[in-house]
Parts: sequence; structure tokens; C-alpha cells
Amino acid sequence: MTELKNNAQSNAAPPAETEKPAKVWLREVVEKVYQDAWDAKERGEPVGWSASKFPAEIAETLGLRVCYPENQAAAIAAKHGGQRMCEYAEALGYDNDICGYARISLAYAAGAGGDERPMPQPDFVLCCNNICNCMTKWYENLARMHDIPLIMIDIPYNNTDEVNEENITYIKAQFDDAIKQLEEISGRKFDEDKFAEVCANANRTAQAWLKACSYCQYKPSPLSGFDLFNHMADVVTARCRKESAEAFEALAEEYERNVAEGKSTWRYDENHRIMFEGIPCWPELQKLFKPLKEKGINTTAVVYAPAFGFVYNNMEEMIRAYCKAPNSVCLETGVEWREGICRENKVDGVLVHYNRSCKPWSGYMPEMERRFRKNLGVGVVGFDGDQADPRNFSEAQYNTRVQGLFEIMEAQKKGE
Amino acid sequence: MSNKIENLLNRFAEAAEQPKRQLDAHIAAGKKVIGCYPYYAPEELVHATGMVPMGLWGKPGSPNKAKEYFASFYCSLVQMNLEMALSGELDQLSGVIHSTLCDTLRPGSQNFRIAIEQIPMIFLAHPQNRKPDYGKEYTRVIYTKILNQLEDIAGRKASPEDLAKAIRVFNRSRKARREFVKLAGQHPELVTAVQRSQVLKSTFFMEKSEHTAWLEELNQLLAAAPAVDWPGVKIVTSGIIADSPELLGIFDDLKIAIVADDIAHESRAIRIDAAEDKDPMEALAEQFAEQDQDPLLYDPAINSRPPHIVEMVRQSGAQGVVVLMMTFCDPEEMEYPSLMKGLKEANIPLLKIGYDHQIKDFGQARTSLEAFADVLSMRA
Repeated sequence: MTELKNNAQSNAAPPAETEKPAKVWLREVVEKVYQDAWDAKERGEPVGWSASKFPAEIAETLGLRVCYPENQAAAIAAKHGGQRMCEYAEALGYDNDICGYARISLAYAAGAGGDERPMPQPDFVLCCNNICNCMTKWYENLARMHDIPLIMIDIPYNNTDEVNEENITYIKAQFDDAIKQLEEISGRKFDEDKFAEVCANANRTAQAWLKACSYCQYKPSPLSGFDLFNHMADVVTARCRKESAEAFEALAEEYERNVAEGKSTWRYDENHRIMFEGIPCWPELQKLFKPLKEKGINTTAVVYAPAFGFVYNNMEEMIRAYCKAPNSVCLETGVEWREGICRENKVDGVLVHYNRSCKPWSGYMPEMERRFRKNLGVGVVGFDGDQADPRNFSEAQYNTRVQGLFEIMEAQKKGE
Repeated sequence: MSNKIENLLNRFAEAAEQPKRQLDAHIAAGKKVIGCYPYYAPEELVHATGMVPMGLWGKPGSPNKAKEYFASFYCSLVQMNLEMALSGELDQLSGVIHSTLCDTLRPGSQNFRIAIEQIPMIFLAHPQNRKPDYGKEYTRVIYTKILNQLEDIAGRKASPEDLAKAIRVFNRSRKARREFVKLAGQHPELVTAVQRSQVLKSTFFMEKSEHTAWLEELNQLLAAAPAVDWPGVKIVTSGIIADSPELLGIFDDLKIAIVADDIAHESRAIRIDAAEDKDPMEALAEQFAEQDQDPLLYDPAINSRPPHIVEMVRQSGAQGVVVLMMTFCDPEEMEYPSLMKGLKEANIPLLKIGYDHQIKDFGQARTSLEAFADVLSMRA
């Protein structure tokens, strides 16, 4: 691959409907991803399911429509279908210890329905295990259920800040294999110019996403950090699309205006600012939000900003970028990401979600908690929850922990 | 003859149940010892540098200090390894090879590295796309890096001859263990489930050549033993680990013979030998590439494990399968529905029992095993 076109931003056309709120626009972009998949299915074209950090650039270059089971699972969970779907999967023999996203997805693939976020059943699946090993078996199960091809990109877990040369060589060979397999599935040849254009869109989306996230640094913040959880859907499902980049640019412009006008999407006092560590409990967003707004605690840092905001200039950099997923980096890199956004966004507390669904993520959180306390000097409190299965969340425990964090932050504010 | 068998089995039992004594003996003999986490640690490399590999598969008990690093929902094997390290029980080790094939081992590697400063951690991230040439080359390169780290610890280089010899030593050990598994299945009247486990477990603590010598002697005696009708039932076990004498004693009480296994701690690790007629590092990479039918590994054939276990049942003459499901082991849990379906289609009865290092009371397992044995007897 030659140097990518990174001039896309400067050539950006102004948003066609500038009066439309960016959040509506962003929602429409995601809707279009799913609609395009349905339309492709209708036309008899193969439709794929993809892991959120599979190199989306490959399928997009080949004009293949893909859906994202993690995004679907989050949407179903947020609309309170998580428990129903998890129980369906459990009846099939999947243990309730397994990731809630995986259980929801496997239930959907097995025909459980899922009106909260329907998507066409897959003709192929794209697995990349940079975010977890669970992904490998999840996608094998999908391929098995539907008797369809699985394209596997294995990103070995990294123990250091650096990505070794042998990893680059190994992953590049897998990218080449994936391209060949997807050329066969799509019936199209891989076009380098198209690829460069797709990568430019992905970079532009990432830059716009990072820019939007960066407004959390303002004090008071022009946005509620929980907004970013909602907008993540675009960066997961549509980062190779120009519309996605444009919508995020519009979002950043809104935040810029908010700063100028002293407005914010956070409509409460901003007594304190925290990092929310981990994936939110989608089924319980209101319950998560309630004590925070009551106490005037705005979330101004989420780790998804650096996790999905990756920009690259060539194939090697792209491979390195895909090696840097939240659960594929070493502890030190994970700490550095988080402490970076905590400092930039001036947080005075960290709320850690011990996510029952996510062993790789939660598995080094106790050590991270200690480092946050020591290095940042902020209050840190953890609570038990789940990204998709509401049975693993206790509102009473959560409220108590938030109260504890609030008291620590209040005491620190008063200099006690 | 049965006295000889019993004597040998007692020696294996002692080695299996007293790893600390084994460790002390290695150290007293002037050997350095390297701890090896599951799964597929290239122990041959340790041997080739003149050191002794010892398996780290946890131990019975509950984590205490390890709770400072892990929430409660992590497998007890990894937690108890960290617990032992935090308690100083592993301080005699000169290094630990830490693998990362599951979502507990990933953060586990980081926790070990930062918490256990006194023991160098040798990081191991196997490739899942291990079969294509580029996957084998990646394995070869990372194994070579591991070898270099081991050489630094050992203070000596491993020559190609050392590596080739190590491969021969381990191939011979694997062959003897495979043979033993078969013979123990044919002679449950001579080798109980508890003893079977001790023979296989002790290999993780002993010098391989010594273990193999004992085992080859045992195998000869078993092979010469007359065939006897087994009055109980025969099963295949599947899971990560099944080494609790309390649980296995129930198998023995109920005359449930283990005639083959799909246990990571037992037969999964010894199915494939390394070639002895090619470059040793390439041979080890190819050996890993050929590992299959394991929930910890990507299966490019998508569903090869259930037919493999069905075939294992048929070949061994087993009447059913007992899955010892490691608590919080998501790879095993993810593969369970397919295994269940495959066995059902083949009309093979299946029992699932929860298992981990923290369980002290196997009363519920006894009840389930009693009922399962009854079902199998009635079908016979």
C-alpha cells in the first residue's frame, strides 16, 4: 500500500444539513450501515458479521456490507433485551459466565429474534481477537451454526509498549490472506486506490472522533461524557465511511459552539469530573446516570477515545494500530492511555466497572486502580456490573460506591 | 507383579502429591527450575538449556493474596498460581514461562510480571493462525526469543544437539504417557482413577527421563497383565484439569473407569510429537501448528473437536463422557454446546460436573456420578 490520502479533511464538504443536530446525524449513519446490509442481503450479496476491531478497511474496499455483533448486542441490551437473549443462549448450553455480548449474538444467530436491533444473518464472519480471546470461539460458533466461512486475523497479546517486527510480519501475512478470502467471497478484486480512499476516510473519522472527545478537556465540559458512549456506535460500525467523519466533524463543531456559548449537553452542576473505566452497563444506563447527575459528577474521560481514535499513514502503521486495542496492550500502555486522558480532561475521580462479561479488561483493574491512586492522586472506586446482562448489576451497590467516590472527591476538594 | 505395579504407582503418587519435595531435590542437585504455565509451553527449550521445567497448574485451595489482583470471577488455576508466587512458594524458580491463550492468562501475565519481581517472567503469546507457513515462522521466532531468555537464565547456550536431544527426551515421555493412558484404560483393576492422575501429574514435577524410565517399566508390567472384565462402567473425561484425589476417589468408589481423556493437564498436551529429523526450532513450531481439537486453540476446521471426542469414545470402548467444567473457563464453556450436540447425535451420554481448585466438598458430584453410572450400566 502506498502512502494514504490524508488530505481528506481539508477537502471535506460542509455538512449538507447543518441544522440537523450531530447526534441525529450520527444515529442515521449507523442506521444506514444496517440498512445497507439489509439491502445487500436483498440483492443476494453476501453480508458479513465483524468483530469491532477487525480491519474494517478490507471489507469496505471490496464493497462488502458488514454488521457488528458487539454493536448489536449493546443496542439490544440498552433496549432491555439482554436478559432475554442471554437466557436463550443459556438454554442452548452457553454458560452464564460467558460474555454477555457473545451470548446475545449467539442467541440471535440461533434464531432468538432481536427486534431491538435486527440485522441480516451472516454469510461470512470476520474475527479479530485483538480485543479478546473469547472472540475466537464466539466466531467459530457463529461459523458453525451457519456453516459459513470464518476469516481469522490473530493479533497476539503484547507484553510491551512496542509491537515487535515478527508480529508485523505475521499480521501482514494474515491481512493478505484475508484479502484473498474476501476477494473470493465478494467476487471483486482488491483495488489499491479504493483502499487508500477507505483508509483516508477511516483516518478522518478517527481524527474527528478524537477531536470531539478532546472537548472534554474544557472546564466546564461542553458535553456529558456519556454522550461518547452513544456515539461509539459510529466509530465501531462506520469508521471507513465519509458520512461518519462528517458527522463527527459536525459534533466537534457543536462542542466548539458550546464552549463559545457556555453551553453543555451536561445539564447539571459539574462539581466533579471522573473517568468511567470500562464498557457501560448498557441495560442500566439510566441507573448509572442517576446518582452522577444528582451529585453533579460529569464523566469527562472514557478509554474508548484513544482505543478507537487511531490514525495511520501506511500499512505497517495500520497493523500497529490494530495491535493497540484496549485488551491487547500491556498494563503499562493501558495505564498510560488512561492517565493521559485523566490528566487532559482534569478528572478528580475514577469509577471502575468490574465488568462480569469482560475478563481481559477487568483482569488488571485492581493494579490499575492502585496506579491511578498513586500516580493521579485521585479517588478510585469500583463496582460490579455487566455490559449486557442486567442480572450482574446491583443498583444499591453502585449507588453506595458512587456515594463513596463522591465523598472522597469532596474531601479532596476541601483539602482534607 | 501387582506388588511391583503398586510400588511404582506409590512412587508416582509421592512425586505428584509433593511437588515441593521435587523442587527441593532439583535445586539440591544444582539444577535451575523454570515454572511453566498452561498451555503448550515449549518445555523442550527449558530442558535443552540444562534446566528443569515444572508445570504450574495451581493447587487446591482458595486465593487470598491473589485477590489483590483478580476479581472473584477468574479461574482458580491462574489465581492459585499467582497465590503461590505471592506467598513465596515459587521463589526457588529461576523463571516462569507465562502463556496467554485465554482471557484470564492475558491479564494474568501482567499481574504476574508486576507482582512477582523476584521471578523473571518469560512471556509467551502463541499464534492462533499457527498452521500456515507464516504462523509456523512466527512460532519459530518467538520460541527462539524464549530460548534466548532461557539461555540467559541458565548461563549457557543450547546447541542444536541439546535441542534435538530434548525433543527426543520429550517425545519418549509423550509416547510413554500415551501408552500408559491406553493401558490404564485397559486395566482399571490395577490402576485406579486417583493413581492414573498421579502418574500423569507427576510428569510435570519430575525430570522427564526419570519419569519416563519409571513409566516404561510400569507400562511393561501393565501390558503383561491378563485382561480382566471390568465390573463397572467406562468413561472418557474432558476438561482442563482433573487431579483432585477426593473427586477421583469417587470415580473409584463407583467403579467408573477413565479409559481415555480430553484433559488439558493430561492427554491434550501429549498428542503431538516434534519431528526428530529436522531443525529443532522448526520441529517445535510445527508441533504446535499440528495441535488441534482444543478449546484453547482456534479451529480452522471450525468444528473438529466433537467428532474427535466421539472417535475417542468409540476407540477406547467408553460408554459416556464426563466433562469436568473448570469454573470461569470461557473457552471450555464456549465449546460445550457443540460438544453436547456432537455427543447427542452420536448417542453418547454426557455428564457435566463443575470443577475447580477451591471445591472441597464433592458431594453433589458424587450424586451426579452415581446416577450417571446407573444410566451407563442400564445401557450396557
